[in-house]
Amino acid sequence: MTDSVQPTIDKRELVAALRRLLPDDAILHATEDLRPYECDGLSAYRQTPMVAVLPRTIEQVQQIMRVCHERGVPVVARGAGTGLSGGALPLGDGLLLSLARFMSILDIDPANRTMRVQPGVRNLAISEAAAPHGLYYAPDPSSQIACTIGGNVAENAGGVHCLKYGLTVHNILKLKMVTMDGELLTFGAAALDAPGFDLLALATGSEGMLGVIVEVTVKLVPKPETAQVVLAAFSNLEQAGAAVGAVIATGIVPAGLEMMDNPAIRAAEAFVHSGYPVDAEAILLCELDGTAEAVADDIDRVSAIMTRCGASATRVSRDDVERAKFWAGRKMAFPAMGRISPDYYCTDGTIPRKHLPRVLRRIQELGRKHELAVANVFHAGDGNLHPMILYDASRPGELERVEKLGGEILKLCVEVGGTITGEHGVGVEKINQMCDQFSSAELSQFHAIKAAFDPKGLLNPGKAVPLLKRCAEYGGLHVHGGQLPFPELERF
Amino acid sequence: MTTSHDASTEIRARAIDAVEQRAPLTIVGGDTKHFLGREAQGELLALGDHRGVIDYHPEELVLTARAGTPLSELETLLAEHGQMFAFEPPHFGAAATLGGTIAANLSGPRRAYAGAARDFVLGTRIINGRGEILRFGGEVMKNVAGYDLSRLVTGAMGTLGVILDVSLKVLPRPRETMTLVQSLAPRAAVENLCRWAAAPLPVSASCIEGGHLYVRLSGTASALAKARTIIGGDALEDADTFWLDVREQRRPFFGGDTPLWRISLSPAAPLDIPGEQMIEWGGALRWLRSDAPVMMIRSAAAKHGGHAVLFRSSIRSSDPYHPLPEPLMQLHKRIKAAMDPHGIFNRGRMYAGF
Repeated sequence: MTDSVQPTIDKRELVAALRRLLPDDAILHATEDLRPYECDGLSAYRQTPMVAVLPRTIEQVQQIMRVCHERGVPVVARGAGTGLSGGALPLGDGLLLSLARFMSILDIDPANRTMRVQPGVRNLAISEAAAPHGLYYAPDPSSQIACTIGGNVAENAGGVHCLKYGLTVHNILKLKMVTMDGELLTFGAAALDAPGFDLLALATGSEGMLGVIVEVTVKLVPKPETAQVVLAAFSNLEQAGAAVGAVIATGIVPAGLEMMDNPAIRAAEAFVHSGYPVDAEAILLCELDGTAEAVADDIDRVSAIMTRCGASATRVSRDDVERAKFWAGRKMAFPAMGRISPDYYCTDGTIPRKHLPRVLRRIQELGRKHELAVANVFHAGDGNLHPMILYDASRPGELERVEKLGGEILKLCVEVGGTITGEHGVGVEKINQMCDQFSSAELSQFHAIKAAFDPKGLLNPGKAVPLLKRCAEYGGLHVHGGQLPFPELERF
Repeated sequence: MTTSHDASTEIRARAIDAVEQRAPLTIVGGDTKHFLGREAQGELLALGDHRGVIDYHPEELVLTARAGTPLSELETLLAEHGQMFAFEPPHFGAAATLGGTIAANLSGPRRAYAGAARDFVLGTRIINGRGEILRFGGEVMKNVAGYDLSRLVTGAMGTLGVILDVSLKVLPRPRETMTLVQSLAPRAAVENLCRWAAAPLPVSASCIEGGHLYVRLSGTASALAKARTIIGGDALEDADTFWLDVREQRRPFFGGDTPLWRISLSPAAPLDIPGEQMIEWGGALRWLRSDAPVMMIRSAAAKHGGHAVLFRSSIRSSDPYHPLPEPLMQLHKRIKAAMDPHGIFNRGRMYAGF
């Protein structure tokens, strides 16, 4: 399934070379030891790596990279393995580089509101370490208990509070990265900007294609004084969609603005009993945070807007316990699906918000066409949609139908001016859909950037950016101005 | 909007011609940032005709416009809808354009509290050094498909290609704004700013100048009233003019011929260099008027995790930007070659090496 052609690699010679650098417990090469690394959060795709290593120091990472570079061994970096697009899927003829032992918080600087951490530090552990200073790390992907900051940077992870607090790229200051040839580079600075190109931004979200992240300096922000949530129920999607726009139009920037459709509401309510109205066509959760005075002012305005837009009921959280209860259903939406369906496939696209009702209706139509149920949770404030396709992998042919439906949903996102991935990354999962979103010239530009970092193409080959040949085979062709793209390629 | 014109076809034709001739081009919008950086080589490529808003739906919080659109036109349009560019870009002249602002990644007083120009860039359409029109990012808030080349070209001073169109996230204007001024020594003022920044206070700008600390608050009336009791000081009359003059470098501090350095560093860091300072961004930006040796200024900035740019001087410097470590410079050259293999665009505008 990889796009690249690799020379034959002598596993024994590679392991011997690694043994000269690393203690025995840092090298795994027996099949049974490699099993835990065969997939990430996208478990439908599995591959046992040839060898896995667990270094402890940056110097070891540099040496490992040099060994692989000299031998032409492809390298896939891995954090906690919670990614949902297969970005950490190993290669059978490659080395899996685990950053799991880089678990230290190196420095907390409350005066400058920064923390320097190793890449294997968990997202939530950063906020926990910052808490005594009244600070926290803002991006909060759903997997924040388990996912690590290195992976967050590689994927430019988001979360439910992005609209107000931004993505990973907005919340980090500095990175140390080891390139394929073993060079250690620093991007960004302790300051708010750095000289030269914005390589910090380029590296963020680069899906392990440009280098291995070995240290991250994150920004910390003050914990808001208070937060409250409005829960509003709607009897149709158009009204809920309009309410989202109406809140934004008043000049309020909510900390979180989430929507769930009826199938998602039902599944979540059955699981965690958040008090969601199960007969509602959609619910909105709108969180406001800030000073007590500002939140009190705005919470009334938001409730009034919801009612004016046709909400059949609105409730405001009275305290943090109730706020957590309102959120519980949304935060547990994914496991809730696991209860009602043997398997589910969560995809991830972003659309301009104005197209929301149309896109949700079209998704239901596509689901019916493929005879699959789809539930939707949606970061409504920033247009990021997570359709969850329910299926049963034990039924022959069903996964193929799911993939087809997932692909059509992403194509729909592109058609309305959106993107195939808002926060999960392309990985292997959406590699074909990249051909829908980008022209051959754009993809070639990505490859040229990749080659500036990794001329031999050894880092995470086959991920994130498809080869043009693959797009021609896939047949998903991005048409610019009526001209057929990839004219230079033969059709298959 | 006064005019709207899509000149991308003509601009692309010029670019293709230049690539064929291997003749470098200097990209110019409103020509208000000529003083910044190095002198680029090559014939002028004017972007001023490529102007107008392409898409703006206030409820989407996104504005897409052509690079040659005057910044002031866009700000007027946003204000009509109660919105703004939250990075408060400096203009440095009435003709300032959107493209130049993004190419230089210039941000104003709100930067430390809301983000820089690069933080608000959602997507771009550019012409690369092969004469191809490419679109990266988009008009949505979250987008991780492909490398973030929109942010890469932001702040690259036109060295990686011609920015044709830009999509930016915009934000609502704050409902209330108040500026407080108090007398305070710079060191104590920086300490206060760092302490306040670690608390949930609605600070939206700060400036330390001539023994005075200016703090702007933005938000709801009740939040401002409460913050005032913590921050203290007197309300400043005509505060909008004050912040505009800080942003546009029209305060008396910016007069005269002494070299003006822009030093970006850790906000809480002390900076003892001979010369006069004006401090912004909660301590993270130090404007320095100083004749001190370049090496001294650069090493002082670097010591505190920062860098120093010679922002304005009467004699144009050959190296205004902070030098890059050699491996990073080599990477910059490879990235330049990946985007602009024949070195057509703004050659030498940032560093002599590319």
